Amino acid sequence: MTGPLLEVDGLTVRLDVRGAKRAVLRDVALTVHAGEALGLVGESGSGKSMTARAIDRLLPRGAEVDGTVSFDGRDVNALAGADLRRYRNQIAMIFQDPRAHVNPVRRIGDYMTEALRTNLGVSGSEASRRASDALTQVGIDSPTRRLRQYPHELSGGMLQRVMIAAALLTEPRLLLADEPTTALDVTTQAEVMAILDDLRHEFGLAMVFITHDLELAAAICDRTAVMYAGQIVEIRESARLHDDPLHPYTAALAAARPDIEATADRLVAIPGRPLSAFEAPADECGFAPRCGYARDECRAGLPEITELDGGLSRCVRAHELRGELGAPANA
Amino acid sequence: MPDQSVTPVLEVTSLRKEFGDLVAVNDVSFRVAEAGSMAIVGESGSGKTTIARMIVGLERPTGGSIAACGRDRSRPARSAADRRRRGREVQIVFQDPYTSLDPRQSAEAAIDEILRLHHGWAADRRRARVAELTELVGLDERQAKALPRALSGGQRQRVAIARALAAEPRILILDESVAALDVSIQAQVLNLLADIRDSTGVSFILISHDLAVVRQLAEEVVVLYRGQVVERGPTPRVLDDPQEEYTKRLRASVPRPGWKPARRARAGPEATAQKESGT
Amino acid sequence: MSAGPVSAGLTVTTPAAPRTRRLSGLRGTGVAGMVSAAVIALATVAAIFGPLLAPYNPNLPNLSLAWVGPGGGHLLGYDFQGRDVFSRLLAGAQSSMLGPLFVVVLSMAAGALLAVIAAWRRGAVDSVISSGLDILFAFPGILLAVLATAIFGAGLTAAAIALSIAYMPYVARVLRGVALRERSQPYVAALEVQGSSATAICLRHLIPNMTPLIVAQATIMFGWAMVDLAAISFLGLGVQPPQANWGVMISENQTGILQGYPLPALSAGVCIVAVVIAFNVLGERLFEQAAGR
Repeated sequence: MTGPLLEVDGLTVRLDVRGAKRAVLRDVALTVHAGEALGLVGESGSGKSMTARAIDRLLPRGAEVDGTVSFDGRDVNALAGADLRRYRNQIAMIFQDPRAHVNPVRRIGDYMTEALRTNLGVSGSEASRRASDALTQVGIDSPTRRLRQYPHELSGGMLQRVMIAAALLTEPRLLLADEPTTALDVTTQAEVMAILDDLRHEFGLAMVFITHDLELAAAICDRTAVMYAGQIVEIRESARLHDDPLHPYTAALAAARPDIEATADRLVAIPGRPLSAFEAPADECGFAPRCGYARDECRAGLPEITELDGGLSRCVRAHELRGELGAPANA
Repeated sequence: MPDQSVTPVLEVTSLRKEFGDLVAVNDVSFRVAEAGSMAIVGESGSGKTTIARMIVGLERPTGGSIAACGRDRSRPARSAADRRRRGREVQIVFQDPYTSLDPRQSAEAAIDEILRLHHGWAADRRRARVAELTELVGLDERQAKALPRALSGGQRQRVAIARALAAEPRILILDESVAALDVSIQAQVLNLLADIRDSTGVSFILISHDLAVVRQLAEEVVVLYRGQVVERGPTPRVLDDPQEEYTKRLRASVPRPGWKPARRARAGPEATAQKESGT
Repeated sequence: MSAGPVSAGLTVTTPAAPRTRRLSGLRGTGVAGMVSAAVIALATVAAIFGPLLAPYNPNLPNLSLAWVGPGGGHLLGYDFQGRDVFSRLLAGAQSSMLGPLFVVVLSMAAGALLAVIAAWRRGAVDSVISSGLDILFAFPGILLAVLATAIFGAGLTAAAIALSIAYMPYVARVLRGVALRERSQPYVAALEVQGSSATAICLRHLIPNMTPLIVAQATIMFGWAMVDLAAISFLGLGVQPPQANWGVMISENQTGILQGYPLPALSAGVCIVAVVIAFNVLGERLFEQAAGR
């Protein structure tokens, strides 16, 4: 059993918010093995995007980072120069809005082959050939014609496929996907998700898939991590997340969604609103103010992560509440 | 089932909208009963938002007719009084909470402006009504006096709902009004909307791409594809037993426990040719 | 369960916390901004109270004292007609500041009106207004001012009106961009759906949301107008001597520069430059503030 490809441990990030340094991530720990897909689910302020940026070292200037991010055993934050570039070639990031990350005045072909030509010294024609192959793999027809097109000539869904194809060109080992399908139609989303799933399995890629949609993450990720107020509150096998969650927040999140198969009399809404790490109380469970299961011990201090049935939970009452948190009348 | 013999509160007949060569809405007809709730479902390019904009008068139909509360509104309003009257018939809550409020106006001021527009009430009567409305949508005193930038997305949508209700409309159009909200906040606002409908008897027209939300809030649904109606009926029937190819595909694309995305044999002409032309 | 098309750029999970807000108002313009504001304040005080504050009569000539240097209570000496330079600067502040004020008010009012109409009505109305403005754009301010004085005779009024006409298309173009952006915001649509009239929406919502940009634009334009009007007065087409005016003072006293008595002309020049720079700097800072919103 080889070590994990990506290991995040005790990651705490502080940013300048309204004049003071405030925590946006607190003690985040997760591991991703080669070829494994981890879902990262959360609402506003949960810190899921920030975690991805910390992994790719794309944090805003002035960010204070504690804890470690290791890739293949090496500390990512200690990398510099050529090492950093090599690291970045091994990690591919896909964003929510492809148009914001593609230069609109350059052709698709230029965009796709740039990294290959400049960083890896591949010849122009070879790079174009590889780009063309990649486009075919993501299901885009007439690839040579597409390479000559400009971003505005493609729809959002197509552009996102181009992003995925481009991400795969540098033969990365880890894919960081930050809400890649949120801005897409649901039918296009299904298509893009299927492509991601196929390609991942074909190339043995590891993936961190960030989304606010619990069911979506569970669909293609082996394990799912749930974040709240800058902390990981649960990591669980996706297949068991819905029926046997280990944290009240996960259960509440699943219950808050309307069910496509039935009309509920009333949705089970969580009172209050999702908090950022710096808004949540620092010395008690961040979710306690909104949690229906909160007791005195929840406010006694910041809860630690407990291991339970192959999963992780940051609920001090996790063992107690086992079985109670499962999917309610929705099933 | 709604009583069809009573005049529907909204009747849309053979509605058509062209933008140059593009036909965004093609021969769409439907009716909404008094106190009913209808969802218009579709993806980008389906024309659903264009239909909503035509109903409230922000776009002018190229063909067909729209009648609300028994009065035709296919042509632009002729007078200021006419415009205001239409505002008291149909109101709308937009999708983006961050741009649907004037950044310089507090919730109270925004609602008060609407009250002054529609009624000739004295200041204290208006103040009382503002308080009623802010309470109805679940805003506390601090939030009601705050500027939008001090409010969260969910709170801003509540302000937008209160502002729309200030006109006491018979029909409230919700144009993806919960799409930009966090899941837990979305649940709160959906409950709020259901409560409002129960207490005021307003009719809803829900524009959405999210079938689960549609199931929760709308009794009837019309499915649009490329500007045309492909299927319609009571929501449970259409979602549980879709008849049309597109509706089936839509339904099959929704993630749920146990769902696995399936790739279609090859990217069909629709997928590659469909551009996000905006609905 | 999914969230399909969301308007481009809108992230579903945007945090609720408001963005970091820069200091609004004058404090937000930094040291440079505040120093500029102080200079402008001084010039304004001079403009309002100049004639009262002047220690000596600015208009009484005394040729025996012509070109005499500073001394004995005369901080800047005497000008070519033996008048106290300092008093004349103070008195001249009035016409030097009033002219640009007139130009700014007139061009901003006309420009804003056209911009809002074009942005509100869009389509054909916008095309016509924009084309008209483009034509006006072709005329440089000074040329129009020369034309105006040739027709109506020399004087501040004609020059100021001409300059206003020349500046107006620029203002309209800048404000039209902002007005278009605000006009297409959903909150404006919400008010239209309510049945609010176009006038009410423009006055109560559109223009107030354009205010930061309007103020920034007006501030910078004041500086430009001041330079242009000083140049016009220097050429003899604006304010006429013996009326005190900084531009006129440069013109009147320019022979002194070559003869070794630069102070009268230069001090007037310094006043102009200082005030114009102050307006430029403050205007730029205000623009940054407006853009940061």
